[in-house]
Amino acid sequence: MKRLIVLLGLLFFTAAHAATPLLRDSIYQLEVQLTDQDGKTWPLASRRGHVQLVSMFYSSCTMVCPMIVDTLKLTRKAVDEGDRDRLDLLLISFDPARDSVPVLRQYAEGRRLEAPRWTLARAEPASTRQLAALLGVQYRPLPDGDFNHSSELLLLDGEGRIVARTAIIGRLDPEFVQAVKKTLRAP
Amino acid sequence: MKRLAVILSGLLLALPAAAAEYAALPGGSFSSVLPADGKAAPARIAPFRLRTEPVTNAEFLAFTRKHPEWRRDRVPALFADAGYLSHWAGDDALGAAISPSQPATRVSWFAAEAYCESEQARLPTWYEWEYAAAADGQRTDARNDPAWRERVLVWYSRPSSAPLPEIGGAADVHGVRDLNGVVWEWVDDFNALLVGSDSRDQDGADKFKFCGAGALNMQEKENYATLMRVAMLSSLKAANTTTNLGFRCAKSD
Repeated sequence: MKRLIVLLGLLFFTAAHAATPLLRDSIYQLEVQLTDQDGKTWPLASRRGHVQLVSMFYSSCTMVCPMIVDTLKLTRKAVDEGDRDRLDLLLISFDPARDSVPVLRQYAEGRRLEAPRWTLARAEPASTRQLAALLGVQYRPLPDGDFNHSSELLLLDGEGRIVARTAIIGRLDPEFVQAVKKTLRAP
Repeated sequence: MKRLAVILSGLLLALPAAAAEYAALPGGSFSSVLPADGKAAPARIAPFRLRTEPVTNAEFLAFTRKHPEWRRDRVPALFADAGYLSHWAGDDALGAAISPSQPATRVSWFAAEAYCESEQARLPTWYEWEYAAAADGQRTDARNDPAWRERVLVWYSRPSSAPLPEIGGAADVHGVRDLNGVVWEWVDDFNALLVGSDSRDQDGADKFKFCGAGALNMQEKENYATLMRVAMLSSLKAANTTTNLGFRCAKSD
């Protein structure tokens, strides 16, 4: 009997944990599916529990987007070595028409963005627009295939809250780095 | 008498909602106030279908009943601000102060999107909306007619405290109604209208974020009426709601 109670309690505990409601300001409330550079598809909310830097880009972008990637690398490097491996990086394409899985994989290989630390992902067009609206990233396709877009890095805590953001690209934003360090050390 | 009214309204609500009507628009090359390349290129618009009327209060109420996650007492703050449907009498009732045939307003972009999805549709793009709204009863592009501009601007000057008109205005040449004169409307890419180009000559960090003015074709003063819409839409965030902002849906052909 006692064993049964323990078992039941365990079951209950596990279930309760899985069902912990999302916080009111968690972006994981948005139900969208992403597909990564390995061709795996998962819900956005499966990133829950990871502190991460997020930005949007498109792979054929030759000017600003490489700088976004560089700035992500710089920011990661600025974090103490012991904490670095708990920082994930997520790049979401706003060009799903051209950024297929093979294109994303090639881009990741070319820029040495290694999994599982780095995730490059695409979503269906409607979901992409929703994600951008949620993240506050603006983009508009141009007739020549380029995009007008705002460039920002966002810091998400494990619960999917946008803790900090920066529009400083090409060099480190000290305040943003501080926020990353603080979030990684939060219990 | 009151009971009769309740029964009658119950009956009305029980009736299956008539399917929304969509009109086919041919699209084509269109000279937008937002040149496609930031300079002068016309927009290219593929044939599409546009809802002939904005979504009404009655239709939005039916939507929240079918999708209760969009009720004002349940929607996450991330997807709709505190003003969301705040003019309704209850979480699940319009009340007597507003009419079922008025356009649904105080809806966020996320809510508008979800509604359109429930009609197997989407929000129109800015270009689609601007192109459709350029028409009048006779012409697909009446923008050079001072009377067209006058009509748009007169509507802008109506105080926002005045009650919203009901839908049912005159059909334009495409068979679409009430694009001008009733409510402002969400578009799919509302937050991308004033984004600057890929900023190839950045020196300051802030320039990365915006160089919006360059994206506008300010030479034509006649564009003023339309630019006001661009400015208004661009000032919004996707969770915002306002008293005069509604929406209609579109479908790709």
